[in-house]
Amino acid sequence: MKRYQSQIHRCFRCGYCKFPTDYSAYNCPAYSRFRFDTYSTGGRLWLIYAWLKGEVPWSEHLAEILYTCTTCKNCVEQCPMKFAPEIVDWIIEARSDMVEQGKIPARVKRFLESVYNYGNPLKKTAAERLPWTKGLKKYKEGTQYLLFLGCLASYEEATREMVENCVKALDEAGVSYGTLGDDETCCGNEVYAMGEMELSKQLAEKNISKFKELGVKSVITLCPHGYNIMKNQYQNMGYPFEVLHYSQVLAKHADEIARKVEGEVKGKKVTYHDPCYLGRHNKLYETPRKAIAAHNGFELVEMPRNRRDAFCCGGGSGNFINDYLAGSKDSPARIRVREAAETGAGILAVACPGCLIMLKEAVKTENLEDRLQVMDLATVIAKSK
Amino acid sequence: MIDIYNELTSIVDKDFVSNKPEELYIYGRDPGLMPAHEPEYVVMPSTVEEVQAIVRLANREKIAIVPKGGGLSLTGLVIPQKGGILLDMKKMDRIIEINEKGSYALIEGGTTHGALKSHLLKNYPHLRHSIPDSPPIATVVANAVIHGQGRLTQQRGFNSDMVCGLEVVLPTGEVCKIGTSAVSDYWFSKGAPLPDLSSLFFGWCGTTGIITKMAVKLYPCKKLRDVMLFLTDRAELVPDIMLKLGRTEMIEDLVVTAQPIPLRYAGNYYILFYITGDSEEELEYKRKYCWHTLWEYFEKRDGGFVSLVPEMKAPLLSMPSKDTTRFADVSKGGGFEYSGPIAPIEKYAVYVKKLEELAVKYNLYYSSAARMIDGGHSMMFSFSYTFNRADAQTMKRAKQALDEAAEYALDNGGVMWKPNLDEQKITIRKMDPNTLELMTRIKKLLDPNGIMNPGNWEVL
Ligand SMILES: Cc1cc2nc3c(=O)[nH]c(=O)nc-3n(C[C@H](O)[C@H](O)[C@H](O)COP(=O)(O)OP(=O)(O)OC[C@H]3O[C@@H](n4cnc5c(N)ncnc54)[C@H](O)[C@@H]3O)c2cc1C
Ligand code: SF4
Ligand code: SF4
Repeated sequence: MKRYQSQIHRCFRCGYCKFPTDYSAYNCPAYSRFRFDTYSTGGRLWLIYAWLKGEVPWSEHLAEILYTCTTCKNCVEQCPMKFAPEIVDWIIEARSDMVEQGKIPARVKRFLESVYNYGNPLKKTAAERLPWTKGLKKYKEGTQYLLFLGCLASYEEATREMVENCVKALDEAGVSYGTLGDDETCCGNEVYAMGEMELSKQLAEKNISKFKELGVKSVITLCPHGYNIMKNQYQNMGYPFEVLHYSQVLAKHADEIARKVEGEVKGKKVTYHDPCYLGRHNKLYETPRKAIAAHNGFELVEMPRNRRDAFCCGGGSGNFINDYLAGSKDSPARIRVREAAETGAGILAVACPGCLIMLKEAVKTENLEDRLQVMDLATVIAKSK
Repeated sequence: MIDIYNELTSIVDKDFVSNKPEELYIYGRDPGLMPAHEPEYVVMPSTVEEVQAIVRLANREKIAIVPKGGGLSLTGLVIPQKGGILLDMKKMDRIIEINEKGSYALIEGGTTHGALKSHLLKNYPHLRHSIPDSPPIATVVANAVIHGQGRLTQQRGFNSDMVCGLEVVLPTGEVCKIGTSAVSDYWFSKGAPLPDLSSLFFGWCGTTGIITKMAVKLYPCKKLRDVMLFLTDRAELVPDIMLKLGRTEMIEDLVVTAQPIPLRYAGNYYILFYITGDSEEELEYKRKYCWHTLWEYFEKRDGGFVSLVPEMKAPLLSMPSKDTTRFADVSKGGGFEYSGPIAPIEKYAVYVKKLEELAVKYNLYYSSAARMIDGGHSMMFSFSYTFNRADAQTMKRAKQALDEAAEYALDNGGVMWKPNLDEQKITIRKMDPNTLELMTRIKKLLDPNGIMNPGNWEVL
């Protein structure tokens, strides 16, 4: 019996998990978007329990309710009960039961099939990796860091600046790095969150065997999702190595890449959006802020919901592709860019390719392009020349 | 045959109308122990016009309507006993106005206590409202509808006493202003100097109309707050201690806790009370005054103050108190419910004895919080028992204990608060027949088709 089956009845449906710490807004992205109690954490847990008991049959709608959870962990932060740390694990375990029974919604199915067939969720062959990633040095034994790009940075055009500027920053920092090139495969974080544990394990094994073969000791990930699974799962699979998110490297080498803030970003306030998998999942709140603050002249302003209370962009758990939370002015990414614009910031800094794509799109939809630019941390720094 | 679903989606954005089994399941039950019953539709209106149109439709088709806030009254008041339309009010969540000089907040029918608290703290830190200890999703309106009690209840009465105006969609669809806002642009009183019609909507559990706007009084929020804890092992002394403290007119809130674990709690009654001040000097004066007020009990070895370290104070000072909610998980079962009579405070000792007896009889884990109301005119005494949602037997036993507690409380001077259907029945049985007749007439007059939260207060 999976653990969730014996525990899930413990949710009281009190709704603390709908909020941030100060109760100023709704902070579960799925609940904010749909507003039926079914889409709140409590509603979801009660529905899972009802499904287990046979009181609610499986349906596409039921499964979609489960998959609108972005695994952002706001509920884990806010639930007052002792079981709080387990909530997202329960949701994932319930999804894994659905996966095992072949009962998953259409978009999730497409995502998983694509990873299975192509090694990434975007149905791309290795040959279709974006040109600027192909040009990067390949990792060889003795290189300091393996730069793990992740699927979005490898195949989504919108991340181009992010990739280029990260590489630039690494060059300036004077560290040596290389990529796996065509051998890089999906990290498996989203696949895991979607409940396809077996596939996730296979992907991890594949990447780890490559790391082993090349003698990799340190990995830098561009994506917090990759950082998360490597830090918390790969580590337990018999080949220990150091994992860093690129924001940690930027912060560590801030002196070498130091800027006086000039150029395009001069005079603009910056607000930082905490990615769930860096923040709530791994408690890295200050390091990315330091990465910007280290450069003379940036004015960092906070959104009302920040750090452990940050509002998810709606992209987690594969939703940067599946996008179950899209289609409304209450879509989380749209809410988040409005919140960012209200701070008076001209730049919304992110540290995740998923957030970058989601929030860039939302800025367009909200017609905020004149007021707000979405950039990743390395791009913010690069543009301050 | 008319297609109600399509009619509803012509009134409200279709994203906010559902007749799918998942929504019907969730909105057909609450976290308490009353049996489930599902609605046929769940609708989330955003405007008063939408509420009106839905009510008119329901009237025409004679379909039940049940308004719902946070759904946390625990006694099944939002379980649609006759199916129909469940109106989740939480999309009507605007804070329309804070009238600083008039000391009131005008909010919509689904604004949560959490949101109002947060808004005041951020924008008007010198003002506060009477927040209950229910989780922050509880709506301000629903809490007043059931005569809830909050952190200012000891000083100011029931939360419904702190209302100063309503906008209501009547069961027949008209929008009606109640209180001074019916005549003036200002919402400063729910009745006086006019006939007070507000009581047509409080205590009726959503059976007489849907409140779409409400003004609530705001009070000064002193800069400093502190909590004090007095302990006695003699339940019979508790009412006098409560009264003595209340009559100092220096304390904000007062709650007496009784529970068997942690072990240091067993056999003791914890009298928690709060003081506030604009300076440390004011606070210290009040501290000393309260100390002296209870000195005699200390001298006779009947009780004493417990010193609280900051880590112990922090959760006690937080509003709402998360600890209250945690009670649901003490036996890892995900459930608790309480029978909450409003009663004379002199009944404290006999109620607490009954609470403990019932816990033994039904083999349940118990807790009680008794909140003093209005300086001691009454108290809310909770007979709270946990149950395990995965164990039908504990659920049955908890319900039996609560039923017995309610019978006992009614026979011993209490009146059930937010009564479930069974408690409503026993209340009606005991009620003065003329009062019952008056309630019947009012209900018929307001809701001729009996569409509003039917099953509740069904006095006929
Ligand atoms: C842990 C815990 C602690 C609690 N502590 C307290 C406390 O300290 N003080 C206290 O008073 N209560 C307390 N409660 C009880 C309850 O949660 C609160 O009273 C809460 O405020 C009820 O609000 P709600 O929004 O959940 O109401 P609901 O249960 O949604 O509704 C209550 C009633 O109001 C009606 N209603 C809802 N909206 C409208 C509307 N717009 N117009 C007309 N009728 C409407 C409903 O039909 C129903 O009959 C507590 C409960 C829990 C679980
Ligand atoms: S997950 Fe926790 S906070 Fe959320 S409803 Fe359940 S018990 Fe309450
Ligand atoms: S993890 Fe995030 S999206 Fe999922 S239920 Fe919790 S708060 Fe909602």
